[in-house]
Amino acid sequence: MRPVEILLVEDNPGDVRLTIEGLQEARVYNNLHVAQDGIEALGFLHREGLHSEAPRPDLILLDLNLPRKDGREVLAEIKADVGLRRIPVIVLTTSQDEEDILKTYDLHANCYVTKPLDFEQFMHVVQSVEDFWLSVVTFPPE
Amino acid sequence: MNPDTANMLLVEDNPGDVRLIVETLEENKLYNTLNVVSNGVEALAYLRREDRFADATRPDLILLDLNLPRKDGREVLAEIKTDESLRQIPVVVLTTSSQPQDILACYDQHANCYITKPLDFDQFVRVMHSIESFWFTIVKLPDGQQDG
Repeated sequence: MRPVEILLVEDNPGDVRLTIEGLQEARVYNNLHVAQDGIEALGFLHREGLHSEAPRPDLILLDLNLPRKDGREVLAEIKADVGLRRIPVIVLTTSQDEEDILKTYDLHANCYVTKPLDFEQFMHVVQSVEDFWLSVVTFPPE
Repeated sequence: MNPDTANMLLVEDNPGDVRLIVETLEENKLYNTLNVVSNGVEALAYLRREDRFADATRPDLILLDLNLPRKDGREVLAEIKTDESLRQIPVVVLTTSSQPQDILACYDQHANCYITKPLDFDQFVRVMHSIESFWFTIVKLPDGQQDG
């Protein structure tokens, strides 16, 4: 069985590292790819430039506050693209703003998860996301 | 969204499945209310507060079966996700179908996730507990106050 391909769109190196550590303990074999801003994320998804060999991700973990192109714009572009919209997008952000929550659901984010600041809780959240999405949910077939 | 105040709507026509789902969810009960409707027409009437559902509570999460009498779950999903006042509500599709065309069509119509019901009892219970704990303790649900 091939690994589950995950695209993490995150600019904070500390959060990237914690997410990688959390996913390494996952029971489901996965490959994590990291894009550090919104432009790079869309380049990866459209296999542009350096990303011409990029796999199509099965799951996207998307931060909202990103340099160059904001996560909200990235989400809107993914969900308006017939070729990409069926890829589940999990918004993973420190924002607890009700407006962000409502707006991202309006744009068809698959779910909205806030990053806890506490290390143990952060790991718990990453592992819960992993456990639910990789072992309970049925992904769209290729 | 405090989990103790979250409301759920289950759209399921099979009484055996309804009973099993309700009993399983009640073991941990991470929500406030769980309402059940048994076909697609009732589901939409509930969501739009029509007729006998005039006082219905807006759900924070919908569990939707696909094969339903009167109006199919696929149509219900499409109507929810194209309705500006309803589309924010997360819809978890919960079905025995593992047909690729069903899975694709549901994600294309913006189902929040698609879950195939396991036939094995223990696995079914595990899946239901997992849905409940993920959506009510990890996810931030939209605040349903913008009711029309």
